Amino acid sequence: MNERPNSFRSGPDENGRFGIYGGRFVAETLMPNILALEKAYEEARNDPAYHAEMNHHLTHYVGRPSPLYFAERLTEHFAQVSAASGGKGGAKIYLKREELNHTGSHKVNNVLGQIMLARRMGKPRVIAETGAGQHGVATATLCARFGLKCIVYMGAVDVARQAPNVFRMKMLGAEVVPVQSGAKTLKDAMNEALRDWVTNVSDTFYCIGTVAGPHPYPAMVRDFQSVIGNEVRTQMQEAEGRLPDSLVACVGGGSNAMGLFHPFLDDPSVEIFGVEAAGHGLDKLNAASINGGRPGVLHGNRTYLLMDKDGQIEEGHSISAGLDYPGIGPEHSWLHDIGRAKYLAATDDEALEAFGLLSRLEGIIPALECAHALAKLKDLAPQRPKDHLMVLNLSGRGDKDVPQVAEILGTKL
Amino acid sequence: MTTRLDKRFAALKAEGRAGLVTFTMAGDPGHDASLEILKALPKAGADVLELGMPFTDPMADGPPIQASGLRALKGGETLRRTLDLVHAFRATDSDTPLILMGYYNPIYVYGVDAFLNDALAAGVDGLIVVDLPPEEDAELCVPALKAGLNFIRLATPTTDDARLPAVLANTSGFVYYVSVTGITGAATPDFDAVSAAVARIKRHTDLPVAVGFGVKTRDHARAVARGADAVVVGSALVEAVRKSLDKDGAATEKTVPAVTELVRELAEGVRSARPVAAE
Repeated sequence: MNERPNSFRSGPDENGRFGIYGGRFVAETLMPNILALEKAYEEARNDPAYHAEMNHHLTHYVGRPSPLYFAERLTEHFAQVSAASGGKGGAKIYLKREELNHTGSHKVNNVLGQIMLARRMGKPRVIAETGAGQHGVATATLCARFGLKCIVYMGAVDVARQAPNVFRMKMLGAEVVPVQSGAKTLKDAMNEALRDWVTNVSDTFYCIGTVAGPHPYPAMVRDFQSVIGNEVRTQMQEAEGRLPDSLVACVGGGSNAMGLFHPFLDDPSVEIFGVEAAGHGLDKLNAASINGGRPGVLHGNRTYLLMDKDGQIEEGHSISAGLDYPGIGPEHSWLHDIGRAKYLAATDDEALEAFGLLSRLEGIIPALECAHALAKLKDLAPQRPKDHLMVLNLSGRGDKDVPQVAEILGTKL
Repeated sequence: MTTRLDKRFAALKAEGRAGLVTFTMAGDPGHDASLEILKALPKAGADVLELGMPFTDPMADGPPIQASGLRALKGGETLRRTLDLVHAFRATDSDTPLILMGYYNPIYVYGVDAFLNDALAAGVDGLIVVDLPPEEDAELCVPALKAGLNFIRLATPTTDDARLPAVLANTSGFVYYVSVTGITGAATPDFDAVSAAVARIKRHTDLPVAVGFGVKTRDHARAVARGADAVVVGSALVEAVRKSLDKDGAATEKTVPAVTELVRELAEGVRSARPVAAE
């Protein structure tokens, strides 16, 4: 599995595999649905009318393209960090402003693609799982826009810690089902969504929020999110006349990261960094599947997972509900094994510090998820020269996290 | 090769009746109590034993079996201990077929070859692994068949005639027909539709067809046993276990009788489903 392929962008194979990762590990009840979805997506992908309609909505409803913003003061900050230790470094940092999309994160890119597919397939009922609530909000939004029934499964623990997003989903007409089984977080929400799907196969479309799950979801969600990286290629060309030198993004399931990375996988000069949630630390409770886990099978795919020595799945922990998942998309697992991307990890405390830093220096309050990516800039940016072009995916805005951060900092709102 | 499952289904056919397959969870309520339950099942009327391998994330199971698995894990049950449980059962019963049912990850982590060796040594007859459809046969199904274990596959109402041959291709022992589109222990099946489905599967295979999901009472069991070769009951049994526990979740003197009593009723239903075959 360590052979170098001709292209890093050709996966998955016909069995939905990226190397040994991916696959279709689902109950028989779902298999006919998964195969029908694969076929419908294949047809849509080759239909110019599907892309034309999607592009129309991406422009007029989502607000794309999102800006590629030169973060001048953040850049200056890391140049000073370098200078303070006698260096002359400090990469030029650009932020891909996915937080400016309608609904406040990159999630909407994927949901739009899937909802249009649900419409093509004639499925009137859409289900989704959500952790932080960003994917749930995006799904509820597009279901409202297109008049589809929307049911969102959310762990009871997450319902409690993400109250603003729960209310948002309800405002948008979705039914939010608090999941009481298991550990009551994102993985249990996904189990419950799969149970719903097994029960309501004929009229229901399962809108998965990340590049995980059974084939074709990892590839399909990646394709929808690749608009991020494709725009960056064009925008960087316009701004600097060349490719970026490095990419940085946070990774839970890993959809915003895959969307940024995938269009650059075959450009060997581009360094790629994913940042996992190290929670309290990699030797303590964390949600870093690659840095703290090993390969296993869950939720339809083989990938790196957090589990005990008997293969029982362990609960992830992160300050960010959106990264609090014990797995990661299978394509990331493959990119890690073959060494095309490097996966780092940031702790809760590091993410909080970066949350404050970006707010103060750039006037942008980031989501706690992408604050993990921001947190690693202190290790990456000062060591690189001033002409190094670094792109960080600012995948979501932090409004939803303000109550939680206030509580952690001891401020009563 | 004739397996314990083949022999048992041949004997049931000779008797002219359907069999009763009971599902109980290894390690619920506690390792030793689950062994006591297992030993008591054949005497109470179970023809085939299905033993659950607990998993944290059983995505095709409803709340009763999820909760049963979590009780077992909390009590320290592991896949190794589950195989020990089978070994201990086999020391007392060399005839009753026993199959393990669960999800792939614990087996994958144990190591497929090591698992197959140890399962055979313990006296396991077959496997049902819910999240391994035919598309993933190379993972466990093919090695299990080579090793001499039966690999029992689920067919569901969504498995149409076009797909059925692929589902049946590497299935052995029996076919497990899932009577509802849904999770274990939820909806009660439509018995007429089930009979039609069993007849449909039988047009594609000579293997016995067992029917499960949603069968809870003697009457359900009787209705299903008219057309099927066996009836599978699971959630109702693990619920009987749960209701017998003390407030700390430990087994009581009521636990084993609670299960065997229900199994006796279900066995009665299964055995009274068809007129006695003429000699």
